[in-house]
Order: sequence, then structure tokens, then C-alpha cells
Amino acid sequence: MAAPERKTQGKLPAAGMVEKRGSALWMTHALMILGVLVVFFPIWLAFVASTVTQPEIVSPPMPLLPGGHFVENYTRALFAGVNIPVATMLLNSLVMALGIALGKIAISLLSAFAIVYFRFPGRTTFFWMIFITLMLPVEVRIVPTYEVVAGFGLLNSYAGLIFPLIASATATFLFRQFFLTIPDELAEAARVDGARPMRFFVDIVLPMSRTNIAALFVILFIYGWNQYLWPLLITTEPEMNTIVMGIKQMFPSGDDTADWPVIMATSILAMIPPVIVVVSMQKLFIRGLVDSEK
Amino acid sequence: MATVALKGVKKRFGTVDVIHGIDMEIADGEFIVIVGPSGCGKSTLLRMVAGLETISEGEIQINGLRVNEKEPMDRDIAMVFQNYALYPHMSVRQNMAYGLKIARIPKPEIERKVAEAAKLLQLEPYLDRKPRELSGGQRQRVAMGRAIVRQPAVFLFDEPLSNLDAKLRVQMRLEIRELQSKLGITSLYVTHDQVEAMTMANRMIVMNGGVAEQIGTPLEVYERPRTLFAAQFIGSPSMNTVQGTAADGMVTLPGGAVLPCRSRHSGPVTVGIRPEHVHVDPNGPLALDVTLTEPLGATTLLHGKLKNGAELFTASLQGVHTTEQGTHSVQFSVPAEDIHLFDPATTLRLD
Repeated sequence: MAAPERKTQGKLPAAGMVEKRGSALWMTHALMILGVLVVFFPIWLAFVASTVTQPEIVSPPMPLLPGGHFVENYTRALFAGVNIPVATMLLNSLVMALGIALGKIAISLLSAFAIVYFRFPGRTTFFWMIFITLMLPVEVRIVPTYEVVAGFGLLNSYAGLIFPLIASATATFLFRQFFLTIPDELAEAARVDGARPMRFFVDIVLPMSRTNIAALFVILFIYGWNQYLWPLLITTEPEMNTIVMGIKQMFPSGDDTADWPVIMATSILAMIPPVIVVVSMQKLFIRGLVDSEK
Repeated sequence: MATVALKGVKKRFGTVDVIHGIDMEIADGEFIVIVGPSGCGKSTLLRMVAGLETISEGEIQINGLRVNEKEPMDRDIAMVFQNYALYPHMSVRQNMAYGLKIARIPKPEIERKVAEAAKLLQLEPYLDRKPRELSGGQRQRVAMGRAIVRQPAVFLFDEPLSNLDAKLRVQMRLEIRELQSKLGITSLYVTHDQVEAMTMANRMIVMNGGVAEQIGTPLEVYERPRTLFAAQFIGSPSMNTVQGTAADGMVTLPGGAVLPCRSRHSGPVTVGIRPEHVHVDPNGPLALDVTLTEPLGATTLLHGKLKNGAELFTASLQGVHTTEQGTHSVQFSVPAEDIHLFDPATTLRLD
């Protein structure tokens, strides 16, 4: 806070473009706080709804302060749920998100390594083929993918949840770009030192890509966690539901009343793991996006 | 301890020949400098010895064994790269130990060898630092250390000093030379700096356009350059050349000046005169119209044109010569043994 003020001292007032003093400072803060409130309000409502009883929610006006049923609602959600305990869904989501994130990273690291460091026939063709798949979102190829997964008998399994989403053109492309910035001499020095290609990969390339891997892990974990359409299609048994799609499944069909406190508690629970991942890896994540560490 | 032999070594990139056939025998413990302008193929030649480039034709032998098909690690060589190529995420110690670790040398022995090399290179206080925390000269030393610990048969240096400032370069030049003679390891050293070539080499290869213009000791190359290119590349400032006609041990320059020379050749010639071989002599046959002087302290460079001739000419005189404003003229002579004659067509030396 002090640094920008000191900087502007002694300068002509005309240089006011970046000046943050007095009313301008308050304005920016007020705007920021307003923005946070707008974004945060729905989450707050969800949290409030998860701590009160069903009648309290449905009778207007809706309460704006947390009620006293926090423990009760959350216990009910975690261990009973509507169709299936939320704990199971959380576990399913965790397995899927981790599987997708780690699998994508492993595969794209290896394919980027192959594309950058090996000269083989059709190298550019392969690269462009991978690149072109970027243009096709999951939704476009969802029917044929479903056919294949069903054919392999992978419906309602972790493998079926993970494998169709595991190849990543984006990550391959990012790693390729990063590997291209590693000086050739490093690979040559490793060759002179006697490192075979995989040794070079493990000893030199992997440690150097550490921050990039961390950044991608965060992005891919959230990508995997938030998958909705694919789990919805291939998990027909409630035991295999992931939490993001599971919330939708909690809404009753027909005239039954929805159990709002439990549904809201589930929503809040669904948010927690991505938040933990982002917060705990924030430093590495930002380093990976900002500097190339060389 | 090794000998290296290059036998008709050629390199082709597609249809372009970049090295046109080089033959050389390198004795055990020799320090060979490959010198030439950028793009002359000197680095390519070194990389072929290292095994980082394939050999299109010919043969490279280390200790009498053909190594053309061998991987770098099986050739028993170590290389120091221009940008050092240190592994950025490893400490100095790990950088130096990496090659040994791969070779599965027992840990205590690695420790001992790294410690030895670190002591030799005065790197002991830095062993646990990362390369980015070191200065240019220290990184250079680490790169050397990485080469030394493996006790290779041949050292290969690819312009190792070109990223250092002038003062450090002189210091490192001496250190590398000292280290090499202490360890007695056969070395190949690529540089574009003729001072490095002159001061470090046992023998040097002057390369131009993929051809070895001359192979010889620094003084041989300086005193009896085999081609005009070698003559002009070695020596600073570079040799002056004037077209002339030789007959009966005399050369006549375009302006009519006549100089004695050692050659019996007659016909048109390219006359080469090193700037430092010019002697001020009021009765000398040559006159220089000086347009610019550069006092360097120990010597003074006079730049100008020869009287009655159009050729640019540089003379280097001992001591400080107070500069006069504007054009003035200096008479000088050149001893017969310092006149180099070259064939204008082939650029080869004429004797």
C-alpha cells in the first residue's frame, strides 16, 4: 500500500493516470468490494440454505443469516444423501479428477517429448493431428465415444469416466512450447554425459517442467472435477455418480419436494476440493504461468 | 590420454557440403585450436568429433579406433559448450557428478572426484549453489569441472570463452591452458578469436569455408602462412595486401615502388605486408598518406593509402607517435623476409 504512494510523491499531479490516492483509491476499493459481493452472494445464499430447515427455505422471505442446523444437514448429506451418500460421490469425483489430471499430464509430457526431441517419419503430421483435435470439444464426439466405451463394457466404471477424457491436445501443445525453449545444448550435454533419452527426460526435462506441471495440474484437476455431461451419460448407477452431476440427480422428478438443505450442503461440499487444490498450489501455479525459470 | 585422427572427414547437410575433407593427426596431449570466421564449419567439425553430428564421409579415430558410429558417451570425450549448458535445476555438485552417476560409479568415488575437480577449479565454496547463482566465470569453471571429473580421453571446447568479458577471457584462457598442460589431456578448442588461437594452441587449424587453409603451430602460421586467408586471419591488425609484379627477387608495386623479396617467382603476385613489419625509414621505398592514427599506448596504428596507389594500408609502429592533424606522409621500408607473396589466382603462398 505504501509503495505506490511513495512513488507518486514529488511527481507532478498531471501524471495522474496511475495515481491511486484519496477518492480514486476508495473508488477502486468500493468497486472491488461490490464485485466480490455480487460474485459471492449466491454462494452465501447456498451456504445459508444449507444450515437451515426445509420449511424455513420455502417460506418467504428467505433467511439471509445462517441457521443452527449446520451439523445435522451436512451429516445427512455426507452419509445419507438423496440417492447416494455425498461422500461416495466426492470420492468418485476425486478419483476421476485426479485420474484425468495426472493421466493428461503424463501422456502429454511424453507425447510432447517425442514430438520435440525425436525425429521420426510423420512427426509434423502427428503434431498437427494432435493439434486439430483441439478444435473438437468432448460434446462433438460424445456419441461415438459413448459407443466405444459401451462396447468395451466400461459403463459405470472409473476407467470409463477417465480414459475418454485423458488425451489432451492443449497440454501437449503447452509442453511442446516449453520444451522448445530448453536450449539444445542441454540435451547435447546430457548425451555427452551419457544419458539415454528417457534418462534425460526424467533427470532434466521433468524437473525443469515442475512449475508448468503444477499449473497444468490445477487447471486440469478443475476441468476433471467439473465434468458434467460425460459422467451423466455413462454412469447409470448412483454408486458411480460424480458430485457435479450428482447434484442434478438430487432434484426429484415429478411432484416430490426437493430437499433443499441437503442439496445446498452438497453444492458447498462440491466446491471445497477445487478450492483446496487452488489455494495449496497457488504459488507454484502462478510461478508456472508467469516465469519460465531459467 | 589419446590420439585423434581425422581422415578425409566431410560433412554434408542435404546437398550442401559444409566440410570438404579434413585430414589431421593429433598427438597425445596436444592442444589443437580450430580457428576461423563464423560459418566456416569449425563448430560442425568439433561436433562431429563429439558425436553430436554424423560424419558424411571419411573417418574419425580416437586412439586408433574408428568412432564414426559410436554415441558421444562411448567415445570417451567431454565437451564444454559455448553457453555452458549447465543443468539449471541441479547444484554445482550435482552438475559435475551427473555423468559419473550415469556411469554408475560408486558414490564415495564420485564424491572424491568432484571434490578434487572443485579444488582444482576453486569451486569449493559454490558446490551447493545453483548455476543461476553463479557469475559467468564461475559457470564456465563448472562446465570445465563437469568435463574434468570424467577424466576423458579428449576434451572438446566449443567457443567456451565467448560469453565472458574481455578481462575474464584473458584470465580463463590462461587457466584453461594451465589446466590442460597439468592434466595432459588431448584437446580440441574451437574459437573465432585469433588471439586465443595464437596463445593457446600447440597447433592450430585455420578453417575457411569448410576447408582447412593451414594446419601448423601458431608461429608457423604467422611466419609462413600457406594461403592469403590464413595470412589475413591470423595477426592483428590483419595483413595488408597490394597487387604487384614480381621478377628476379624484386616486387614492383602499382605506384612504381620496388621492394626486395625472397621469392624467385616472376609474374603478377599479391604482396602481403604485416602492419607490424613496417619500419619508418626516410629513404624507404614506400610512402603512406596517413588519414587516421590510433594510439594504443604500446603501439600506434597509422591508417591511410599508399602514395601513388589506391590500396588501403595500415602500419603499426612501436611507441606513441603524436598525431598530427590532417593528412601527412610517412616513408617506410619493409625487410625482404617480411614480404609474403601469394598467387593472385589460387591465393597460395609463393616461395
